[in-house]
Parts: sequence; structure tokens; C-alpha cells
Amino acid sequence: MTTVTTTPTSGEAEAVIIRRAQPWWQLLWRDKFACVAAVWLTVLAFCLIIGPELLGDTATQLNLRARNAVPGLENGPMWILGGDPLGRSLLARLIVGARNTISVALTAVFIAMTVGGTLGMVAGYVGKWVSHVIMRLADVVQSFPSLLLAVIVLYMLEPRVGNLIIVLATTRTPIYLRVTRAEVLEIRERVFVDASRALGSGRFHILRNHIAPIVAPTLLTIMTVDFASVMLSESGLSFLGIGIQPPAITWGLMVAQGRNYLAQAWWLAFFPGLMIMFATLSANILSSWLRLATDPVQRWRLETHKKEEDDK
Amino acid sequence: MLHSSIALIGLIVAVFFLARLTGDPTNLYLPIDANLETRQEFAKLHGFDQPSHVQFVKFVKGIAEGDLGFSIRKQRPAFDIVLEAYPTTLKLAFTTMTLVITFAVTVGALAAYKPRGVFDRVASISSLSTASAPDFWVAITGILIFSVALRWLPTSGMGDGIEYWIMPVTVLMLRPFGLQVQVVRASMLGALSSAYVKTARAKGVRERRVIYVHALRNALLTIVTVAGDQTVGMINGAVIVETVFGWPGIGKLMVDSVIQRDYAIVQAAITITASAIFLLFIIIDLLYVALDPRIRHR
Repeated sequence: MTTVTTTPTSGEAEAVIIRRAQPWWQLLWRDKFACVAAVWLTVLAFCLIIGPELLGDTATQLNLRARNAVPGLENGPMWILGGDPLGRSLLARLIVGARNTISVALTAVFIAMTVGGTLGMVAGYVGKWVSHVIMRLADVVQSFPSLLLAVIVLYMLEPRVGNLIIVLATTRTPIYLRVTRAEVLEIRERVFVDASRALGSGRFHILRNHIAPIVAPTLLTIMTVDFASVMLSESGLSFLGIGIQPPAITWGLMVAQGRNYLAQAWWLAFFPGLMIMFATLSANILSSWLRLATDPVQRWRLETHKKEEDDK
Repeated sequence: MLHSSIALIGLIVAVFFLARLTGDPTNLYLPIDANLETRQEFAKLHGFDQPSHVQFVKFVKGIAEGDLGFSIRKQRPAFDIVLEAYPTTLKLAFTTMTLVITFAVTVGALAAYKPRGVFDRVASISSLSTASAPDFWVAITGILIFSVALRWLPTSGMGDGIEYWIMPVTVLMLRPFGLQVQVVRASMLGALSSAYVKTARAKGVRERRVIYVHALRNALLTIVTVAGDQTVGMINGAVIVETVFGWPGIGKLMVDSVIQRDYAIVQAAITITASAIFLLFIIIDLLYVALDPRIRHR
């Protein structure tokens, strides 16, 4: 690489290197939308970790004076978003519900990424025949509408949280599989892989030490988008009554329960849905930021954002 | 084409065997409170007491003859019930996809024309929002605002008037529209910065022609791929939209049959849906050939 610096573009190359030294939080700070999204996701992460311990009692505590209470401060700060038909605090239930909603989606996405990534590396690196079988299986899963697949499987198995996670993970696995395989097919032809092979490294060593680190950032970026869509699927299933079952609290389920009181207490269905929307929107915004930030070719768009606008 | 037919067969086989593996099939067909005698009688009548490979041969024969089981709840062949539900969903999906493609191509192309302009920003934020919105919630909020509060639109049901179609179609459009705008924008950006567009401009071709003929034609391949996936995904949306708005389509039929435990209908619906998707993939392949001369000449 150093031999190239003698070319006339050396000044530019240097500038690029200096700009790349910018830490990620500065990049994040420059993109205000991504910044808000990251803050919101952090808040949700707190709800996920300590929500049920902190407010678990409040969320199930009945308060007959606050039955279908209108949003406002009359019944105390916990009822600021109103109360449900049993007088339970909607705010507390939203915070407690974050754990189920988010952890199901996170686990499903994580399993999908691990399984899809591993299978994708195998399909891309090991023999043609194995690759064929894996890809056809992915075709079967992917060629069918995911929600429908989930409905059918949850019908045959029981609608338990574990089954729900497995179904959601299965429907998302092909995406990781395809991306990983495509990347592996390209990376395995590069010189450093040949060099490692020439030095006598085994397949497993090459996959783990040379190929996986290159594929990982791509998979992480897909994960953030996917997290949003899995969360929507989970909420949809819970809404239909074949996802997470009461008395567990999830946002999708809360929308379904609030639907019966639409004319009397609109807030019961409205706020949980808004939470879903904000969470998925944040994940989507953050992922498009990540896509730019992790892509060396595109990264300048974030860094020179301001300057470019001044030029216009 | 070979690939998708393998996928189709694989799915049908999987559905058959998954249903048999997860326990007593009479559990799937009969209500939970059915007594033992009813179960045995039912098992005998429908051949569930036979070994599963015999049942499978019978099942495949049935598919070939258009016999996909018998709905016990409705006392009618499942095939007929599913076929009756399909036109509703197809009409809904077709209307929605037409609107999605029209709007998304217009908005996406305009956004790509001046990247980072005001229109581009508005378009990308709104497309991100619509792609993130939970459809069931938008549907309910829509009912709340336009039916309960303003009384402009009917709360549910399918009718001939356009007022019955506005909310279901809008809700079903949201997510595909958001995604498609981003896809159109990205592929138009790629096309507009390509050499052939520069050539066209250098030749003095009119700007509108450059965008809508030279660039769009090349961006269409990606758009068609995504649109194909989204048409398959319409079923996902239809499940929600038809349930919320009470439309008698395939999505509502599926959810209802799942909740009422009417397995014959579920199985018939899967088989027919999978076949429809198979057909759709063939159509998409043909579209590719029509759009990309390189594939045609291969």
C-alpha cells in the first residue's frame, strides 16, 4: 500500500486517513436523527433491563378509581398516560412490556444471525452439494409469507414464547444466509485467503480468522433493520392472539386488548402502538446511519455532511 | 423455475409431515372437547389410523384431483372455501401493489433526482416512518380517527363503494411503499450516475426522457425484484388488514381457521397459496427476460 503514496493523490489519501480517525460518537452527533434514535434505544434498553423489577408491581396493581382513566395527572404521575379497564397504569405497563417485546425480537434476530451466518459460511466455503441443499432450504422458507408461516407453525405447536422465537428466527435466517454466502464467495478468492491457505491453515481457521471478521459488520447492520421487522412481526402475531399470551405484557398484545375499548378509551391502543412505531423507526434510522458509517466508501457522506451543504 | 418448484413441493411435504409429527391429527381437526369415540370414528373415516406414508400418498392424490380435505366446521370441501376467499385478497393485493409501484416510482425517482434536497429528505423520513409503522396499529388508529371520531369512513366490512377500500388499501400500502421508495431511490441514484445517462445527456436528450426512459428502465430490474417479494408479502399484510377490517379474504380465513382449529382449511390455504406464489415467481422470471435483453439472448 505504501508504494501508492507516491502518486499525485497522496495528499487526498492522507486526508482520508485523518478523517477516518474520527471516533464513532462524533459521527453520530453530526446526524441528529441517528442521535435521537440512539438515545431512544438506550432508554428502551434501560426499560428492558430494570423495567419489570422497578415497576412490575405498579403494572399489575389494580386501582379502581383509575379505571379507563383519561391521560393526565389527576391520578398521580404513573397514570399520566391513562389507566386500563382495571385501572392499571398504562405507563408502567408500557415500560414493563418493553422487556417481552424487545427481548423476543432480539433473541430471534440473534439466533437468525448466528444460524444464518454459520450456514452461509458453510454454504459459501464447503462443497457445492452442501451449498445446494442449504440454498434450496432457504428458498423454501423465503418463498412463503413469513407471517403466514408463523401462523401455521404456532398453530401446530403451542403459542409459547420459545416457539415464537424459533418461528421468527427461522423466517429471518435466509437473509443472513444469503448475504454471508455471497460475501464468503467473494472473499475466499482474495489474496490473503490464498496466502493463509498456502501457509497451511485449515478451513475452520480461515473461516474464523479471515472471513468472519469481514462479514460480521454487514451482518450487524442487517441485524438492526431486521430487529425492527421482527418486532413488527411479533407484535402482529401477539395482536392476532397467536403470539405471546396474557397475562404477559407486550405492546402488540396491549394494542389488541385496547382495541375493544376503542370508542371509550383510545389511549389504550394508541400508546402501545406508538411505542412499537418509535422503537422500529429508531432501529431503522440507526441502521441506515450504521450502513453509512461502516462503509468506507460511503463514510465521507457523514463526515463532510455540513461542508457539502455549504457548497450548495 | 426448477428451484421454485422444488420449494413448492418441499413446502407442501413439510406442512403434511409437520402436522403428523406434532401429535394426534384428530387434535388438529377436531375441537379440543371432542370425546374419544368421536376421535376414533373420525380417525377411521379419514384414514388417520393408517401409516403415514399411506396417508401421504392419499394426500398427494387428493391434491392432483383438487381434493384438499373437508372442513368439519363448515361441512364443505376446504378447496371451495379457500377459492371463494381468494378473489377478495387478490383484488386487495392488486389494487395496493399498483398504487405502491406508481407512487413509489414517482416519489423515489424525484428524490433521487436531487439527492439531499428538501424533497429527498421529506421522502426519506416519510418512507422510513411508513416502513416502521405497525400496520395493525395504523389500521386501528385510522378507524378511531376516520370512523369513530369523524364518521367519514365505515369501520369495517367490504362494500362496493370506494369508502370501504380507502383504509384497507392505505394500511396495506404503508410498508411496501416505504421500502419501495428507498429501493427506487437507491437504484435511480445508481442509474443516474452511470455512463449511459451521461452519454444521453451529452447527446442532448431531454431531461425528462433521460430520467423516465434511460435511467428508470435500468433501475426497473431491482424494482421488479422487490415488487415481487412484496406481492408475496401482501399476504402478510392481508392477514392483519383483513382481520381488522373484517374482509372475507384468505388472510382472515387463515386466522379464523387457526383459531377455530379447522386444519383442513389451513392446509388447503397453504397449498393453494404456495402454488400461487410459484406462479408469481414464474411471472417475475418472464418479466426479467422482457426487461433485460442480456438474459433474453443467453
